[in-house]
Amino acid sequence: MPMRRRMAFTVLTFGGLAAAACLIAPLIGSTPLSLRRVFDGSVPFAENPDAQIFFVARLPRTLAAALVGASLAAAGVVFQALLRNPLATPFTLGVSAGAALGAMLAIIFPVGLAFAGVSSVPIASFAGALGAVAIVYALATVRRQGLSTTVLLLAGITLNAFFSSVILFIQYLADFTQTFRTVRWLMGDLDVGSYTPILAALPFMLVAFAAFSVLPRALNLLTLGADAAAARGVDVLRTQRLSFFSASLATGAAVSLGGPVGFIGIIVPHLVRLLVGSDHRIVLPAATLFGAAFLIACDTASRMVMAPMELPVGILTALIGGPFFLWLLLRRS
Amino acid sequence: MLRADDLTYEHPPGPGQETPGGVRHVSLEIPRGGIVGILGPNGSGKTTLLRLMAGLIKPASGRVLLNGRDLASRSRREVAREIAVVPQETRLAFDFTVLEVVLMGRFPHLGAFQLEGDEDARLARQALEDTGTAHLAGRMFPTLSGGEKQRVIIAAALAQAAPVLLLDEPTASLDPGSQIEIAALLRRLNARRQVTLGVATHDLNFAASLCTSLVLLRQGRVAAAGPTSEVLTHEHIRTVYGVDADISFNERAGHLTVVPLARAGHH
Repeated sequence: MPMRRRMAFTVLTFGGLAAAACLIAPLIGSTPLSLRRVFDGSVPFAENPDAQIFFVARLPRTLAAALVGASLAAAGVVFQALLRNPLATPFTLGVSAGAALGAMLAIIFPVGLAFAGVSSVPIASFAGALGAVAIVYALATVRRQGLSTTVLLLAGITLNAFFSSVILFIQYLADFTQTFRTVRWLMGDLDVGSYTPILAALPFMLVAFAAFSVLPRALNLLTLGADAAAARGVDVLRTQRLSFFSASLATGAAVSLGGPVGFIGIIVPHLVRLLVGSDHRIVLPAATLFGAAFLIACDTASRMVMAPMELPVGILTALIGGPFFLWLLLRRS
Repeated sequence: MLRADDLTYEHPPGPGQETPGGVRHVSLEIPRGGIVGILGPNGSGKTTLLRLMAGLIKPASGRVLLNGRDLASRSRREVAREIAVVPQETRLAFDFTVLEVVLMGRFPHLGAFQLEGDEDARLARQALEDTGTAHLAGRMFPTLSGGEKQRVIIAAALAQAAPVLLLDEPTASLDPGSQIEIAALLRRLNARRQVTLGVATHDLNFAASLCTSLVLLRQGRVAAAGPTSEVLTHEHIRTVYGVDADISFNERAGHLTVVPLARAGHH
């Protein structure tokens, strides 16, 4: 199939899946809704409880899941290509640990950082993510003029460990309720409550995806190695920088919106590669759309399995992701 | 056609080396349609010289001239349309098919969002045929043998349609059968497609079978340069490699052969 047709086919099938997930997920819950009544134009919105529940109570959560899933899956694809490592995740380079530290500081030392209707925790976690990105980048570029992916990887892993120990230390000093809130944040939560946090995260995600759109062909060539890519005309340093910053931005925005929901960024890229091959012009849009659908499905399932109690979505993705990760490791070796 | 003009580039000593690596004041010329071998022991600067000549690293001093124009003044894409590179080994981070790998050679000819068209597909298919790998087109690259991989990477370089092809130890990790195949393939490409070749290798017999002229490097400097028969002498091999060798013309092979006999004693 010619590339243009393959790309159109991918966007249509995976896009259809994501759109269907967005429409169906809000119908499911303690009060089942009917799609026909939700979109019944003859009843005014104020007198249509189905539409109210759909649009006010449930759709924000679904859209948050879609955006977080799409961002983490796409960032996973980009990080794996950048690091030339199929086992890399959006959290490998310390972005989520920085975000977690930021979120925890905001929970334990509430200073009322709220801005334009967004509470202090997401703002602090986004700031923490950006801080981690800056540290890792500075470490990876300090020795040479280029960007060393080996140093990038080591710096990220070290930063992850360091931030985790700082987090444990502060938790040790904090009181019980604060500690519980931070632990709960680490499990991921897509119940954002309104459209405001979504609209706050969206611009950063859009900037990241604009950058993603120019990357795929260069990422394909990076698969061959940095020198081989350069010999075929790729501006390697520019590609690496753009990949690193855009994928980090998408990850930071996603984590500040929904918490560090694990394993999406590795499960989805690999499932998509199994289905469509490795060409990033196909993989990147497919993983974006499939990531959205996948996290909506996981979030819906996490609302259902222990109803009326909710299972934090991060626990569910980790329960699926752990064995998947192992399978991937064993399959490769 | 491709000329190195007084190149110097130094990097810290590698593992097991005492002197810094790199090259110092190296000049050489690869004429249009020529096959020039860059020879020398491990750590003598072959790979550095090749990367400099491909424009992948910038010299500390000196210039690389392609048809009289300095490489440093041209963009990566422009250089890639003129010079293709084949490394010793290629490991993919992800599974691509052979055809996809060969089509990646078209990168410097396509715009940022441009998709490969009929002409790109035709050139890729031609490159696969010229390297005898057309039957592998649908295979996953990582499943190929070492020799097959190297022929596919040469096909990708052909699809790149660059008049100059620089190869870094192209046969170092191949078995003898594949080595002979690659040498024959390179001779054929040089004769039929007029590809200009620069080959870095430490395999003296591979170089003798393929190259019309040689540059012998020792500790980052040119120890000898000229036609193959003049460079491959007992004295040069002794100076550069520190071995006594038997060098003779092999009638059946049709080229000089070098058989190392013993490590040379110090004078």
